[in-house]
Amino acid sequence: MNEFVETLLDLPWQTGEPKSSYDVVIIGAGGHGLSTAYHLATRHGITNVCVLDSSFIGSGNSGRNTTIIRSNYGIPESVNFYQHSLEMYQTLEDETGCWIMHNQKGQIWMAHSVSTARTEQTRALMNQAMGAKTDYIGPDEIKRLCPQIDLTGGGRYPVQGASYHHEGATARHDRVVWAYAQGALRAGVHVFQHTPVTGLLKDGDRVVGVQTARGNISAGTVISAVGGSVSTVAGWAGVRLPIRTHALQAFVTNAYAQEFAAVVSSNDLVFYVSQTPRGQMLLGAEYDRFASYRQATSFSYLQSVSKKAITMLPFLAKLRILRSWTGICDVSTDFSPIIGHTGVDGFMISTGWGTWGFKAIPAGGEQLAQLLATGSAPLIEPFALSRFAAEAAMADPSSAGTR
Amino acid sequence: MLWVECPNCGSRPFEEYRYGNVFPVTPDTITDADARNVDYAWMQDNTEGVTLERWFHEAGCRRWFTAKRDTTTDHFFPLDD
Repeated sequence: MNEFVETLLDLPWQTGEPKSSYDVVIIGAGGHGLSTAYHLATRHGITNVCVLDSSFIGSGNSGRNTTIIRSNYGIPESVNFYQHSLEMYQTLEDETGCWIMHNQKGQIWMAHSVSTARTEQTRALMNQAMGAKTDYIGPDEIKRLCPQIDLTGGGRYPVQGASYHHEGATARHDRVVWAYAQGALRAGVHVFQHTPVTGLLKDGDRVVGVQTARGNISAGTVISAVGGSVSTVAGWAGVRLPIRTHALQAFVTNAYAQEFAAVVSSNDLVFYVSQTPRGQMLLGAEYDRFASYRQATSFSYLQSVSKKAITMLPFLAKLRILRSWTGICDVSTDFSPIIGHTGVDGFMISTGWGTWGFKAIPAGGEQLAQLLATGSAPLIEPFALSRFAAEAAMADPSSAGTR
Repeated sequence: MLWVECPNCGSRPFEEYRYGNVFPVTPDTITDADARNVDYAWMQDNTEGVTLERWFHEAGCRRWFTAKRDTTTDHFFPLDD
């Protein structure tokens, strides 16, 4: 970080109204929408692109996550995809000239029982086979990496071991969005904020554009990169999705004056903790069990997560909760993303990012742009919507960390 | 805090209840038998608005009941509303 000198952020916004027609219109100017636009423009020379957002850029789930980047998934297709994304994050600052506060800190995924220890051992071996750097480590090594962990788990959840993901990292979520927004705008992509899409224009079964609060815009291809209301948008195109929208809450404490080096997760207790660059402790856990579009936090959630986290990390009991937030997550039925063609001409989709979307922003956008421009993107091929009818679901719930 | 009306126990805190999903409905527009099976097994209405759902009063009478709820506000309505 010390060698890196950030150039000042420069967002050359367009003025006036959107054009009446674009090659590609992307709904949703969050990480995935802007990353797709950025890669269309910089990798494939497709710059006649418009990105629309109902609010400001990064105001949805890109601004409501816990910023963890990792690739320690449980099925080969996922490890391949997320490892590629993780490596793109490592070079994103060099590529865009924007400081995204990328901080490689490693992730400790603890197991408290024999069965979850086996899960973590399997994860480590599978990751190694697919090229992700994960090792299974014992309690001594865990204590060395993170001295704050109570290895007895309050006498109830003794730490058996953990999978240690060496390249686990965090980055500043807003800065990732800004980096892609700047790159896309500079390449000539149009980005319009506060322009809600209210419907799709159709010609027979084909999607040929969008209706917006600022008039109709026709498009060669419409991409939905919406977080939250994706079932509504897909419904306009006549596409049914295997997605249910749930709230995921997270919160930060006041600053902890010591270093907390790694991202610490627990397989059995289901929570994860990391330290923000400001020193605050960031906690998250499972998503709310009931489907909801309401971006609300609840006291009972703060209570239950705090109880679990304090069991393993007693120092947290002396901190205070500063603020909490909620993202609404499109959780797919098999806990894997849904990205690519939809079976409706002119309508592509990037969704099903559930509680694992932030880490996938670079590769998700790159691969979707490649699929649109060249017709082939091997890394996301297994994650097409058509997999459900083909009985090839990518089931990987235990790797979400929020199940 | 949200309070929810249980048909047996009256108004109780939201945390006492467990979600039991919506009634799955495969649209009539899907006519192919295989496609209907795929839709039944995987697809969700995921309505952004008022839905008809099953809820379980887990920490109360431990009985299931049908409820009407707006998913954008988590507000519960009487069934005859």
